[in-house]
Amino acid sequence: MPEPAFDPLVWLILLPLAWATLAFVLGPGRGAWLAIPGLAAQVWLAIVLAAKVGAGGTAATHAAGGWGAPLGIDLAADGLSAAMLLLVQAVALLLALYARAYFKPGDAAGHYFWPLTGFLVAGLNALFLSADLFNLYVTLELVGLAAVALVASGGQAPQVAAALRYLFATLIGSGAYLLGVALIYGAYGTVSIATLMPLVDGDAPHLVWIAAGLMLVGLMLKTALFPFHYWLPPAHGGAPAPVSALLSALVVKASFYLILRLWLGPLQALLPAFAWLAAALGATAIFWGSWQAIRAVKLKRLIAYSTVAQLGYLFLIFPLLTVSQALQAGLMQVFAHGFAKAGMFVAAGVIIKASGHDTVAGLSGAVGRLPVTMFAFGLAGMTLMGLPPSAGFLAKWLLIDAALGQGYWFIAVVALAGGLLAAVYVFRVLRQAFLLAPEDYAVAAVPPALEWSAFALAAASVLLGFFALPLTELLNVG
Amino acid sequence: MTSGLLFALVGIALFGLGAAGVLLIGHLLRRILAFNLMGSGAFLVLVGLAQRNDVPDPVPQAMVLTGIVVAVAATALALALARRLQALTGRLDLPEDDDA
Repeated sequence: MPEPAFDPLVWLILLPLAWATLAFVLGPGRGAWLAIPGLAAQVWLAIVLAAKVGAGGTAATHAAGGWGAPLGIDLAADGLSAAMLLLVQAVALLLALYARAYFKPGDAAGHYFWPLTGFLVAGLNALFLSADLFNLYVTLELVGLAAVALVASGGQAPQVAAALRYLFATLIGSGAYLLGVALIYGAYGTVSIATLMPLVDGDAPHLVWIAAGLMLVGLMLKTALFPFHYWLPPAHGGAPAPVSALLSALVVKASFYLILRLWLGPLQALLPAFAWLAAALGATAIFWGSWQAIRAVKLKRLIAYSTVAQLGYLFLIFPLLTVSQALQAGLMQVFAHGFAKAGMFVAAGVIIKASGHDTVAGLSGAVGRLPVTMFAFGLAGMTLMGLPPSAGFLAKWLLIDAALGQGYWFIAVVALAGGLLAAVYVFRVLRQAFLLAPEDYAVAAVPPALEWSAFALAAASVLLGFFALPLTELLNVG
Repeated sequence: MTSGLLFALVGIALFGLGAAGVLLIGHLLRRILAFNLMGSGAFLVLVGLAQRNDVPDPVPQAMVLTGIVVAVAATALALALARRLQALTGRLDLPEDDDA
């Protein structure tokens, strides 16, 4: 047991809070030089934690301030938490390197990027480390409020309207979750996940069923599962590129993580009753999101609708959770989409910044002018389509394996069809980019840091396929 | 019927009214008020349902205090965004999303 002062569980929350606050005090647009070393240290902390959890075979816990539950707050990290923490720190660090080059000094859209990103990352880390349902509510709100403020950072009417629409959606979602927590507290007198585990069984009173339904619907709304996805495309499509990437790669995964946590944990006797509903909505999301992406006029809208589709895969695992491949497939999809979508959004950001065009039709000639960026876009697209050896391929393969093993061939069909549809919208972009540039096509010079951080994110989403084993082994610690 | 149950039922009714308001009302200020009503409903359930034999339980009261802080922060953010939208467009309702 390490000294409490050096416990990575605490520092993963404290460190981003510290650099975010300092960045805010420093003033608008400043703080990148605090955020980048801070995030680098957080990557190291997440690796230390994952190694410790993986080697120990048990969850790491910490009673904040020396006060245990129920008076104090317990933090806990099992394999799933440790994996999610790794993803968040790694993607956030690469995005920070990108954002430092993206926001020019004096750019109003970047004024509060660093403090808000710090608060967002602190909220996400606290969410993955929370061990009770109420603390999870508070962290959900922290993440939601920071994300809404980031969406509004462009400051123009469409962005502010998208932020408000997102704010109301996220407040309804966490409100429903909170009412569920209140009902569960009323029934059992505790919100601790570990204490609730043996208490909730299939004979639970109606009140608890209602609570489970409310929490599930609220979290689905926050995860933008079809038909609750309406807020996502304007919010993710209209924000500055580094913000879109943070939101699509990480924020929507937080509420998915929470559904998974409840599903495998305290509500495991109740939520499987909703498994086929979740999978049906997920399948619809794949088709609807892909169709909208194929039709989208603007490049970032296309990518945002692709997020709606890719989130659908996450919900296909729920009827299959009796075998371990399904959970592994879910985690691989979270990682693959996290890196690939971050890479895709920032690559789109480079193209839009350099060419001034934000439509798919305006991409002609991009391959010749921005080869690294377009290569990054293609690599990220490879992961979304699920081509080997990418992590996206592995996720689909595990999913199809789990589905066929249990005789649910239609889930395998949906996963394969989704891959084909992804190919349609990815190649729609690539085809346009390979066309000859119009005569008056001017491309501004972009800093290499922009192009290469996009490339690093996209390449990570492909290379992750080779490091799947340690990740999936981490999942066994619970 | 115990007073705790009465609190909880009123809380659920308030939550329903508030949620309907957030979803259905166009005017932003009224929507923000509806969100506060919804939050208060959830808090009432949390405090009311947890009473056993009319002895209040302190843990949910501490939770509600935290929840109020969150609700105030969310309200402040919503009001700031609504003011900004009004300054930019002169309107206090959300424009249709031009899905392009």
